[in-house]
Amino acid sequence: MKLITKAQAGSFESSDVLIMVEPVVEGAGRIIELKSIVMQQFGDDLLKQINDGLDFYEINDVRLIINDKGALPPTISARLETALKRAAQLQTGTLK
Amino acid sequence: MLYIPGNNPAMLQQGSVYGADGLLLDLEDAVALNQKDAARTLVSHMLKYISYEGCEVTVRVNHIDTPFGLEDLKQIVPLQPNAIRLPKVETLDEIERIINVIEQIEDECGLPHDVMNVHVMIETALGVQNVYDIAKYSSRIDAISIGGQDLAADMQLVKANDGVGIDYARKQIVMAAKACKIDVFDTVYVDVENEDGLREEAEYIKKLGFTGKAIINPRQIEVVNEVFTPTDLEIRKAAKIVKAFERNKAEGIGVFAVDGKMVDAPVVQRALRVLEMADVDVESL
Repeated sequence: MKLITKAQAGSFESSDVLIMVEPVVEGAGRIIELKSIVMQQFGDDLLKQINDGLDFYEINDVRLIINDKGALPPTISARLETALKRAAQLQTGTLK
Repeated sequence: MLYIPGNNPAMLQQGSVYGADGLLLDLEDAVALNQKDAARTLVSHMLKYISYEGCEVTVRVNHIDTPFGLEDLKQIVPLQPNAIRLPKVETLDEIERIINVIEQIEDECGLPHDVMNVHVMIETALGVQNVYDIAKYSSRIDAISIGGQDLAADMQLVKANDGVGIDYARKQIVMAAKACKIDVFDTVYVDVENEDGLREEAEYIKKLGFTGKAIINPRQIEVVNEVFTPTDLEIRKAAKIVKAFERNKAEGIGVFAVDGKMVDAPVVQRALRVLEMADVDVESL
């Protein structure tokens, strides 16, 4: 997946996660800024899930800013997918 | 049936704990236009992850002629929730076209056509006029419902909350559902603070023949369940009628009296329906 523009998905509501995606130059790697209200308990799991998601979409160069308000794994997966597809301009009916 | 906004993770993950018989995960009116993609993706992931045990799960998709409807179907149909709810259906051609799309998606995924049901929403004057033809189109349509707010708007009603303007539509839709032997659900009651008004409306639509009512807040569940659950007195009376029917049937008597009132086949049928709604096993009587 080729990222074209900045995009975001999710919210600051409880049980949600806000994920902001920004394309970076090739070779910059994955720059992930993660904040979570359950960082101590689930920070490693959350980071692994994000990296697994990026692997799935074959994205190696990206900047992600993640603010987690206690989201469950399906919410994290959904918000990551939405943010990435918006950034890749693959989805219709979305914020550009 | 409790509506849950499709872009609200907290409500989606807690949906089954509120005590509603069914959940309506909503991708349509409860979702802002610029969040349609996010809601669709969130509901898809939730359906794969969350067990909504004890609740029938229905997903309301956007109309197929909107920019979102087809993609909703492509993502949700392969997940086979208990039912798909189709909003604003107006004509026979339209329901035929939508069900064809659903079944094409199922064919592509190697899924059968007889597992996921289809609920049709009637929300326009044209839909009301065509409701019977729409409802009988396919055996997988197992429920129809009235969308009161959209119907009131389509009818250009200024005041809609008293139900007067949509009364004819309610009755027409109930009659079509009964003719097709399928369930029929009433529209939402939007004044969440008004418990008495909700009860009054629920009692009215139960008398009309509705199977249940859509709700928009967990606070409304208790009232609607109370109205639609048979009382102990109703259950005892129904049991007495069914037992008397079995006794009389063995003696070849078709019409008899219970507590001074005539009982014949239709009365027995209604008593059986009460016992069914109360989950009473007739064999155990």
